[in-house]
Amino acid sequence: MSALVSSVQPANLARREGAPLVSLNRIAFVLALAAIYVVVPLIGNDYWLNSLVIPTVVMGLAGVGLNLLTGYAGLVSLGSAAFMSIGAFSAYNLLLRAPFLPLPLALIVAGFVAAAAGVIFGLPSLRIKGFYLSASTLGAQFFFEWLFTNFHWFSNNSMSLTISAPRLEFSGYNLTSPAGRYLLVVVTTGLLVWLARNIVNSRIGRDWMAIRDMDTAAAVAGIPIASRKLLAYGVSSFFCGIAGALWAFAYLGTADAHAFDLDKSFQILFIVIIGGSASLFGNFLGAAFIVLTPIVLDLIVLWWNLTDYVDQGSLTNLLRIIFGLIIILLLIKEPDGLSSLIGRLARRLAAWPLRI
Amino acid sequence: MLFFLNVLTSGLLAGLMYAMVAIGFVLIYKASGVFNFAQGSMVLFAALTFVTLNEHGLPFWAAFPLTIVVMIAGAVLIERLVLRPLVNRNPNTLFMATLGLSFVIEGLAQLLLGTDVHQLDLGIDDIPVSVLGLQISAFDLFASAIAVALVAVLAVLFSKTRMGISLRAVADDTLAAQSIGIRLPRIWRIVWSVSGFVALVAGLLWGARQGVQFSLSLVVLKAMPVLIIGGFSSIPGAIVGGLLVGATENLADIYIGPLVQGSVSTWFAYILAVGFLLIRPAGLFGESAIERV
Repeated sequence: MSALVSSVQPANLARREGAPLVSLNRIAFVLALAAIYVVVPLIGNDYWLNSLVIPTVVMGLAGVGLNLLTGYAGLVSLGSAAFMSIGAFSAYNLLLRAPFLPLPLALIVAGFVAAAAGVIFGLPSLRIKGFYLSASTLGAQFFFEWLFTNFHWFSNNSMSLTISAPRLEFSGYNLTSPAGRYLLVVVTTGLLVWLARNIVNSRIGRDWMAIRDMDTAAAVAGIPIASRKLLAYGVSSFFCGIAGALWAFAYLGTADAHAFDLDKSFQILFIVIIGGSASLFGNFLGAAFIVLTPIVLDLIVLWWNLTDYVDQGSLTNLLRIIFGLIIILLLIKEPDGLSSLIGRLARRLAAWPLRI
Repeated sequence: MLFFLNVLTSGLLAGLMYAMVAIGFVLIYKASGVFNFAQGSMVLFAALTFVTLNEHGLPFWAAFPLTIVVMIAGAVLIERLVLRPLVNRNPNTLFMATLGLSFVIEGLAQLLLGTDVHQLDLGIDDIPVSVLGLQISAFDLFASAIAVALVAVLAVLFSKTRMGISLRAVADDTLAAQSIGIRLPRIWRIVWSVSGFVALVAGLLWGARQGVQFSLSLVVLKAMPVLIIGGFSSIPGAIVGGLLVGATENLADIYIGPLVQGSVSTWFAYILAVGFLLIRPAGLFGESAIERV
């Protein structure tokens, strides 16, 4: 219930009637934007951008895609990575076979291709619900991995079945440097998160939440359930598709279909659970958690000279245990994820030293 | 024709193995409405524990009950630490919790017991014998005999014993069962223990076939279409679903595979399951409790 109440309210950034034009929130928002778009590329070194910031932002974007479907519309998907791979392979082929397309347009068209696939694999949601649906998206997961591996046309008949980043450029600017790729990722993500926020606050978003909370009541209230569900699959896959293209080109550089395997789908699902369902900002917290935890674990092993005791294999298994435990713990203690935890902390701090 | 029949039989026998894993799911789903994603990792964990004990010199008759004890201890822990705090939450939350659980179990199993591929020899050779003109592996025959015996035992357990009857009461109507004094946590512990036992049997049979290794836990993914086709709440359904998936998958691989450059068995079962969902959402034997809007 608390999830419903908090998520139906408009996001804090939207100006309510009667609120001052320059509120504290707005100033904070503008400052944050300035930091993200100007300061980070100036001070961030290549390692930070390449292996921390870019993957976090892209995975967060994929999390936004799944969260629109799972957190807002209440539909399960275990195939987010499949839709990412569709976006990646579509963008690659578009840029390869239609060189006149500018990069942003290619990304958008790739997103729409992924959306079409999402709608097709979302069709069973019209007749079934709950985790039964995961079978259909799981099917998508295996089907597209198979498709992109077995049909070499998709990877332009390359021997290694990989797709490599085309020249990343936009209106004459070369974006292949780490800072350039960071800007590409962050501008795209910024625009898409803005779009997601507006979708969520619009009638469509309210319809999704109504369907999530009680579909019978939503149907009685006259919400077109079928088309809204399919739209949720389409929009979610659109976001995942663009995230996939960015993952392949701006982060990995060279990717094959196995870069988008089932584990990636699980990671995105974990991002949604850790960050908090029905929260857009939370996805980036969740993504940061997913990206940073392995790195922190590596560093701990290095700093404390544990390399003799802990090999790479046990680190991987340790990581699985940590992720699993965090998931269970969050589901029990904080079902709305890190974003609600941080929101509570912020409210506490605002009233400090008194308690709310 | 003989070739077709051979393909069909080997598919059916593989399907029986799917069914073994699926039965573990059905047990837990019936008693608690949870789709237990961790069933596959339980198969891995059980098989790894058994093999490790076996390699340390314990004979079969000692390692087997010891592994069962470990699985029961695991079931008690899971009930106390995961299921009880999550009681009354929606099925999606529970599903995700079991997903987290599967990560924990897989990680623990491999951290404690190693990531090597273990060979497991149950003393039955994988040699083909001729039955009615068909070539069937002796091991497959043995595995099917075990599967049939297991189902028979479970059926008797559920219909004749007090425990089985209370379990069915819980499955039928949880609230009513609680109100007449059936203790839900106890039922859950029992059900998770029994499905731990089923996981052990399935793990041994699969493990003897392909080695005890991480890929055992992926069997869970194949159980999903099996359950959808058979119905989540029916043991006979799990068996029929398993046979159907095994047979069609094998046939599709042989007859459709060459047309589309390669093996289709990674995804064929899911598409089949989705087809079934569209026609019969409750599965072949399931209760049609799924509402449609």
